[in-house]
Amino acid sequence: MARRGTPEVNAGSMADIAFLLLIFFLVTTTIEKDKGIARQLPPIEEIVNPPKIKEKNLFIVNVNRQDQLLVDENLMELKDLRKAAINFLDNGGAPQGSPEYCDYCKGGMPDNPNKHSAKSSDNPDKAVISVQNDRLTSYKMYIAVQNELVAAYNYLRDRESQRLYGWKFTEMTKALDEGNFKGNKDALQDKLEVIQKLFPQKLSEAEPKKSGS
Amino acid sequence: MAKFTKKKDGGLPPISTASLPDIVFMLLFFFMVVTVLRDDNLLVQNNLPKADQVEKLKKDRSVYIYAGKPSARYQEKYGSEPKIQIGDKYTDLSNLKFALTEARQKLLPELQDKVMVALKVDEKTNTGMVTDIKQQLRDLNMLKIIYITTPGNEVNQ
Repeated sequence: MARRGTPEVNAGSMADIAFLLLIFFLVTTTIEKDKGIARQLPPIEEIVNPPKIKEKNLFIVNVNRQDQLLVDENLMELKDLRKAAINFLDNGGAPQGSPEYCDYCKGGMPDNPNKHSAKSSDNPDKAVISVQNDRLTSYKMYIAVQNELVAAYNYLRDRESQRLYGWKFTEMTKALDEGNFKGNKDALQDKLEVIQKLFPQKLSEAEPKKSGS
Repeated sequence: MAKFTKKKDGGLPPISTASLPDIVFMLLFFFMVVTVLRDDNLLVQNNLPKADQVEKLKKDRSVYIYAGKPSARYQEKYGSEPKIQIGDKYTDLSNLKFALTEARQKLLPELQDKVMVALKVDEKTNTGMVTDIKQQLRDLNMLKIIYITTPGNEVNQ
C-alpha cells in the first residue's frame, strides 16, 4: 500500500470568519481620542466676605451674543486675546521692594521687555481673569476664549519651567498624563507644583447675563 | 475508471491562502486592542469645537453628557431645539440630576467620588444651555468637568 499523507484541512473559510469578526469590531468600537479643556467648578456655598480684588488686578473678558470680545472695555479680536492675557498676567506692576514684587515677571511679550505698567496686575498671584458671556454666545466662541486664556497661562508656565528646570511645563504634564514619563514622578510633581504656584490659574466665570432684548 | 484520472502535469499549482486568516487575525487583534466598545448611540449632532490646550480624559471615571440639536433622523419627532443626552436617551434639564446620579452609579465604587463629567457639546449650541448644565452639576457636587474638543485652533485657520 502506498503511504497516504493526512488530508489537508480546508482553511479557506477561516479567513471569512476572521473577516466577519474584524468587521464586527470595526463597527461596534471607537478609537479613543477624547481630549479637552478641564475645569473645576466652584462649589455652591455662601461666600460671606467676598475677597476684594483691585480693579487693576482684574482682567475682564466679555463676550456678547454676536460673539464679539470686549476686553477691559476695549473691543478686541480673538487673535489678540492670548497676547493681551499674557501681558496682563506677566505684568508684575508692584514696585521693587514691596512684598508683592514679582521678580520673575518680564512684563509680557518681546515687544515691551521689562515694562511694568502700574495700571495692570501687581503680580501673577493677584491677577484674576474673569470671563463673562451672554447666554446666547455660541459654545464655539466660548471654548475658543477659554482655549486662548489657558494658552496664555501655559505660555508663561512653559517659560518659567524652561528657565528653572530646562523643560517645558506642558510637555512634562503631557508625558505624565500619558504615562510616558520615566524617572522620579514625585520629584516631577513637586516641580510642577512650583511652576503652578508661580502662575496660578485664576480664571473665574461670572453668571452669564440673561439676554433680555 | 482511467477516464477520470487527473492530469498530473500542466496548470499552475493553487496559491496557498493559508496565511490569509493569520493576517486578518492580526488586524482583528490590533483593532481589539486599540479600540473600545461604543457605549452610547448618538442622538444629537455633535460637531465639537476646536482647542489645542487640552488634557486627556480619564475614561474610567467619566460620565458623558451630550448636547446639541437632535440628529437629522430624529428631528421630525423631537424638533430642532437643542437637547441633552445622557446614556442612550434624551434628558430634560429637570431630569438631569437623576440621570447623572444613575450614570455615576455605573462607575466603579472607588472612582465614584472622583467622577469627571465630560461635556460633548455641539459648537452651535449657545452657552446658556452649558451654564444650566453646569449649575445642575454644582448642585450635585460633581465639580470636575472637561469640555471635550477636537484638535485644532480657532485663531489660525
